[in-house]
Amino acid sequence: MTEHALIKVKDLFAGYGEQAILENVSFEVYAGEIFIILGGSGCGKSTLLKHMIGLIPPISGSVTAYGVDVIQGDQGSYRKFLRNIGVLYQSGGLLSSMTLAENVALPIEEYTELRKEEIEYLVAMKLELVDLKGFEHHLPSEISGGMKKRAGLARAMALNPEILFFDEPTAGLDPITSAEIDELILKINRSLGTTMVIVTHELQSIFHLAKRVIMLDKTAKGIIAEGDPHYLRDHSGNRTVRNFFNRIPMSGQTRYGSKG
Amino acid sequence: MSDKISECCRLEDVADGERRIRFKGKLDVKNAPAIIRAVFASIEKHPPLRVIADLSDISYLDDFGVLALDRIRKVAAGKGASFAMEGVGPKAAEILALFNFPDSDKSQPAAKRPEPGLLVGIGKATIDQLLDLRFQVAFVGSVLLCCFHLIIHPRSIRIGDTVKSMKKTGVDALPIVSLIGFLLGLIMAFMSSVQLRQFGANIYVASLVALAMVRELGPIITAIIVAGRSGSAFASEIAAMKIAEEVDALYTMGFDVTRFLVAPKIIAAVLMVPLLSIFANLFAILGGLTVGVLMLDLTAGAYMDQTFKSLTPFDFWFGLFKTAFFALVIAWMGCLRGFQARGGAEAVGRATTSAVVSSIFLIILWDSIFAVLLQYWG
Repeated sequence: MTEHALIKVKDLFAGYGEQAILENVSFEVYAGEIFIILGGSGCGKSTLLKHMIGLIPPISGSVTAYGVDVIQGDQGSYRKFLRNIGVLYQSGGLLSSMTLAENVALPIEEYTELRKEEIEYLVAMKLELVDLKGFEHHLPSEISGGMKKRAGLARAMALNPEILFFDEPTAGLDPITSAEIDELILKINRSLGTTMVIVTHELQSIFHLAKRVIMLDKTAKGIIAEGDPHYLRDHSGNRTVRNFFNRIPMSGQTRYGSKG
Repeated sequence: MSDKISECCRLEDVADGERRIRFKGKLDVKNAPAIIRAVFASIEKHPPLRVIADLSDISYLDDFGVLALDRIRKVAAGKGASFAMEGVGPKAAEILALFNFPDSDKSQPAAKRPEPGLLVGIGKATIDQLLDLRFQVAFVGSVLLCCFHLIIHPRSIRIGDTVKSMKKTGVDALPIVSLIGFLLGLIMAFMSSVQLRQFGANIYVASLVALAMVRELGPIITAIIVAGRSGSAFASEIAAMKIAEEVDALYTMGFDVTRFLVAPKIIAAVLMVPLLSIFANLFAILGGLTVGVLMLDLTAGAYMDQTFKSLTPFDFWFGLFKTAFFALVIAWMGCLRGFQARGGAEAVGRATTSAVVSSIFLIILWDSIFAVLLQYWG
């Protein structure tokens, strides 16, 4: 493979405490790609994402980013890793006591030597990019869910990180807003070359954004498919995978595993 | 003249007052701030006539780079110099278009929301107070209605929730209330003995501790501890539920929210807090007894005898009544402030603070009222 692997997940047993939700998961994320982790509700997508950014330690196995172990590595390299990533949480993760502008300015103030008016200019640019111009002085409680996600995105990319993680960026939004967020993700990926790791189960987003996906399954406790979503939809050997991409409900008995 | 600022930026003075800024490599968050400062200094020191930003050698550009370009353009304009960009490749053009540079002017961010003037502020505060009052009255009404309902239909009390609340408010607070009571009795006995000993009136330490605790300090101390422990818990629980739309969910499911959330807490507090105050009193007397026996050479029998002699049943019952009333105030304020919460996580904190402060204030206020009433009627 000529592509450069930014993140390597190897033999990961994921879960909280002793009980593993995912077993023996291995995959790589390459620089500059849009990589989607998908699967039905409760299959461990978000948990996997939290392992990847080092929020929860894996039961066993490893996650390496930039060649350094995210969990076992020393504090310094982990902090450096955190500087290189941005995370958009499911509900935005905005600090409720600060306005949108203050939320976005927070990391810029902390990590750069820029002056106040320069930061204001940057914040205005970023909020305009996510189509929130004019909402600088609103509090998170005063805006809608879709706007919170967009503001969260503006804050996640405040320092233009090399990798952006998205936890369900379009879940619960109307189709138009979802499409707008997808476009934004594509635009940022194309123009800034940011690597995107996205957890989602929105089929439209998956087909629109990703060249490479992995699909997780609750019963199999692991990856049941990896590759181009269009190819998987039509040619996967696994019926669960084909049914998922074609939105066909499973009948109770053959929940998983019956190929053909 | 050629002046290298950093690895990624070089200034060149071409003849006829043109200054070229050759960027190289990445124009990003790491390099942009230093470039801005250096170019500023150069332009301030020797103002050129024309500033040319040469982007032909850049490998990466993002909004921090756009910021640098914008700042350079502004400072050049301030010195009367013109600004132009050269060597803008397709990649850079895409970024510049993404951030609307150089067309958009973001030097004027959206106006801050106007701070209200003094008069508007006073008006707003007044209206807020009136709304608060209205809310309180409505809350009183709804709690009273709920009480009538529960008296007529006692089976509709949510026993499970009430018992859980009773455990949290009462049983769990027992160790701390007892300990504080004991220490309080110890301190009172110790402090008063210093004075009373001079008159050989050691035995009156017992009266002092018993009377002070049962009539005044027992109810107040217990109430303040409960306000801090449970009043805050009531307020934060209900406020968090309110913010997470749990209260709305209960309402639309057709539940009487007061009966569901408020009644168990009020019942639990009114039943348990008086019991707690009895424990506080007992342990305070025990504390006094410890000092009396160990330091004042009193016998335990004499001390207890004096204690019972000084107390009347009225003192005891009145203390209990006061504590029950304080408990009502605490549960009341906790729930009320919880329901008033609006906004985000911050609102939960505000509701909690407000609940504890209002409760303690009202406890002291009502205690003074009771003291005055007792003076006239007692």
